[in-house]
Amino acid sequence: MIDICGVNKTFTLGDSTVHALNNITLQIGQGEYVSVMGPSGSGKSTLLNMLGLLDRPDSGRYSLNGVDTGTLDENERARLRREQIGFVFQSYHLIARLTARENVEMPLMLAGVPARERHPLVAGILDKLGIAGRAHHLPNQLSGGERQRVAIGRSIVMKPAILLADEPTGNLDSRSGKEVTEILETLNREGITLLVVTHDLSMGERATRRIRMVDGAVDSDLNDEEAA
Amino acid sequence: MRLFDLLRFSLLALRRQRFRSSMLLTAVSLGVAAVIVLTALGEGARGYVLGEFAYLGKDTVVMIPGRKETTGGMPPMTGVAAHAITLEEMEVLQRAVPGITALAPMVLGNGPVSFNARERDSMVIGTTAAFFPLRDLAIAQGSPLPELALGEGMQVAVIGQTLKEALFDSGRAVGQWIRLHDYRFRVVGVLAGTGDSFGADLSEAVFIPVASAQAVFNVHGLFRVMLKVRENHQVETVKSAIEKQMQALHNGDLDVTLISPDAMLSTFDSILRVMTLGVAGIGAISLVVSGILVMNVTLMSVKQRTAEIGLLKALGAPASQVRTLFLTEAGLVAAAGAVLGIVAGQLLVLVGRQLYPDVPFATPAWALWASLALAVGTALLFAWLPAQQAANMEPVDALGKK
Repeated sequence: MIDICGVNKTFTLGDSTVHALNNITLQIGQGEYVSVMGPSGSGKSTLLNMLGLLDRPDSGRYSLNGVDTGTLDENERARLRREQIGFVFQSYHLIARLTARENVEMPLMLAGVPARERHPLVAGILDKLGIAGRAHHLPNQLSGGERQRVAIGRSIVMKPAILLADEPTGNLDSRSGKEVTEILETLNREGITLLVVTHDLSMGERATRRIRMVDGAVDSDLNDEEAA
Repeated sequence: MRLFDLLRFSLLALRRQRFRSSMLLTAVSLGVAAVIVLTALGEGARGYVLGEFAYLGKDTVVMIPGRKETTGGMPPMTGVAAHAITLEEMEVLQRAVPGITALAPMVLGNGPVSFNARERDSMVIGTTAAFFPLRDLAIAQGSPLPELALGEGMQVAVIGQTLKEALFDSGRAVGQWIRLHDYRFRVVGVLAGTGDSFGADLSEAVFIPVASAQAVFNVHGLFRVMLKVRENHQVETVKSAIEKQMQALHNGDLDVTLISPDAMLSTFDSILRVMTLGVAGIGAISLVVSGILVMNVTLMSVKQRTAEIGLLKALGAPASQVRTLFLTEAGLVAAAGAVLGIVAGQLLVLVGRQLYPDVPFATPAWALWASLALAVGTALLFAWLPAQQAANMEPVDALGKK
């Protein structure tokens, strides 16, 4: 479903040029569980942003479910993000003035889904993530693990095909981190394509496919299922 | 996004920045209140001036010698024209036009009026007894000018209240002889109160019979003539009858101008309306200034909420939706500020009415709607630029910012 071919991206930092993505070619199939690891500055996050249509490649081709994303305008890309892609960020990116429930509801609200249809959907998700009791709390009243669960709830409320997680456990203690990882893996088992960018070796090792990036290029790409 | 969600989301955002929102609210409401109060002042002035002219009554016609067509300019207010209007003609007019119920010719002059050692330079009005009811002037002491034939002079005078005090202090004026140039007049009456009109204070004037004034100032033509139309007669019909008669008297030349209060009032009315619009425009400038504040606040808001904008984009909000969110916030503050300003403005107008009961302060309905529309309109216009900036952000750049 994800098919990128010869993708490049460079940044200019001061007077030096950083090759964040160096001629990357990668296919990821429906329902895969992929971790992307590598040292800082290896281009992991840039790859994730590219896949999430948050950033555009300088060159190369990216097709998502057979749609060549290079030809889409910003509105069409926004629609693809809304319908196909869920994001989980290291710093949660919750809206501070909205309650947990409202944060989860946000994508539905933006999509114009009426309130009476939103509420049962959101209630089900909060229940599933074990934070139903925290529905009316503001983000600053929640623990880190709870916040990340709210963010996960928000990322899956539109039932996307792909879940992109950038260091989802990076700000969490090990116990919360483990819980969040388990939630993500459960979602993957239910069919969602999961791509996790992480520094955390123990988390990265759990993925069935492990991509290691160095200096903007794929260094290794190990797949348990192929090996088996 | 549904309207209710949009409004709720914006209100929450505004509440989060309470200080900034309330500053903006204050600025907009001040601007709107300024428009409301200034238009009320304009309308009050208009009502006041029109009220001042209302003494003429709808059934009064003023005749001035000369005509725009003959002199090529405004009808001369000075009484200088090719054909003077004479007292003899007025006698004819009174007989020939049955629509006239009263006629007050006027000769205007200026002269030193003295009593004993005191002397004042006064306006002297030569007229008839009919003048006083026509101008709604009451007599405080004594009697008005006696009923005389138009051409008949008499050494009697009515003086205004201010002049009376200047010449006689609190002493008795009626029965005393005052001097005007080489003539002596016996005071028969004193006007009640003051009466400002046409910028002239009648309380400082002397009124003498018209024929006597012609003799004192050595003039023949009349300055103007006030005519009262008989009840149940059309003003316009009587006006044209007078014109026809005057034309016949002036050898076929139509050389007088007749002004009815309706025409005069409508002229003043339109002048004062323009004035109201002018002051409303001054108020509107303050609204535009508050628009610039809206732009700054929205700009700040966009900068501060960059990460949120990135998130909204990541969640699939198209550029237009992001723009709508920020425009809605600006629009909401402006609308709330406008409502607040309207309430405050109306309260001020109410206070003004208590303080100056004579002036009919009132904000016309159009000013309420216009100030509301202008407030929201400028807010949206000025918020557009920063909102567009938010809409055009690259999601990855926006998300990365704190």
